[in-house]
Amino acid sequence: MSRRVRIFLFLPLAAAFLILLLAAMEGIPAIGHYRGPYGDVLNAITVKERHTTGVVSAVNFDYRGFDTLGEESILFVSVIGATLLLRQRPDEIKDTNESEQDEGARKVPEPSDAVRLLSLALAAPAVLFGIYVVTHGQLTPGGGFQGGVVLATVPLLVYVAGDLEIFKKVAPAMLGELAESAGVGGYILIGVAGLIWGKSFLENVVPLGPADPKVYSGGTIPLISLATGMAVAGGFVLLLISFLEETLELRLKTKRRGK
Amino acid sequence: MIATHWPYGIAAWLFIVGLYGIVTSRNYVHLIMCIAVLQSSTYVLLVTIGYRSGATSPIYANISPDTPAVDPIVQALMLTDIVVEAVVMALLLALAMQIHQRAGSLDPDKIRFLRW
Repeated sequence: MSRRVRIFLFLPLAAAFLILLLAAMEGIPAIGHYRGPYGDVLNAITVKERHTTGVVSAVNFDYRGFDTLGEESILFVSVIGATLLLRQRPDEIKDTNESEQDEGARKVPEPSDAVRLLSLALAAPAVLFGIYVVTHGQLTPGGGFQGGVVLATVPLLVYVAGDLEIFKKVAPAMLGELAESAGVGGYILIGVAGLIWGKSFLENVVPLGPADPKVYSGGTIPLISLATGMAVAGGFVLLLISFLEETLELRLKTKRRGK
Repeated sequence: MIATHWPYGIAAWLFIVGLYGIVTSRNYVHLIMCIAVLQSSTYVLLVTIGYRSGATSPIYANISPDTPAVDPIVQALMLTDIVVEAVVMALLLALAMQIHQRAGSLDPDKIRFLRW
């Protein structure tokens, strides 16, 4: 299909779509006039029923925990797919092992002292903040998804401050793989625990803790949040490692071509 | 209608703009970014549907349990979607890198084995 045909097909269809969409939107309640019953129901019962104050996390890791498991498998499969696609082919590995190319890779300009200082100063608070966000999702805004991403920024900060070698020492691919598989596996195991207790899959079978919510209250919610945090952090670290290795590879190739 | 429904218009606009970018794209990296724009229209749409004027966030840590709050369900959907989208973007970009390695180009129109 040529470019012109494609655009000729697209423009009238897009115009028709936009008109229909805007016509349909007239029936939606105006902004700020939320009508649906489900949000109100959850807001009213969650604190009493699950002993958690963070309703968003309770929805994610309990009320619709099965859907979140599906989303986490998308994350898992995408990370596996990306690492597979970016995996070094045997001939590329042979190239990098030659000392000459290794020398070429070192010629990347060193980060300035200001960048290095800022990145290193941010690394420790980022670890703390990431752990806080992961473990307090059931009380305050946060949870495994957000905290996992915060945690994954730490090795990236180290990379900005130093280079890929130090990055790999701080967050080896092995650790990323372990965290990701343990996270996804742990999520499923917590779900299976419901079956063992004679309830349904992913039912909240762990004791809910004090009615006045604390960090350990919420039953399976903090556990699943923790598992998700591990899976997300591990997945992002794996992706970062794969992409950074690929960039290094490309840099080597262009260097070689330039010679 | 504009005064009361404008965020829905923004969602529709983002969707159409993203779609236009996908259809006319000459570069896979650009195309993947257009998918991100298109997908962000769902964020605007859903968060707007769940919004209630004068309401607080659905976190009952320091407020009385009967305070009106916005819909927590759409917010839960959004936060998982944003993280998953980032990872799917990474997968698509990895695919683009593979295509560039094999075909030497990122232009969908120039890559013969992808044409029909």
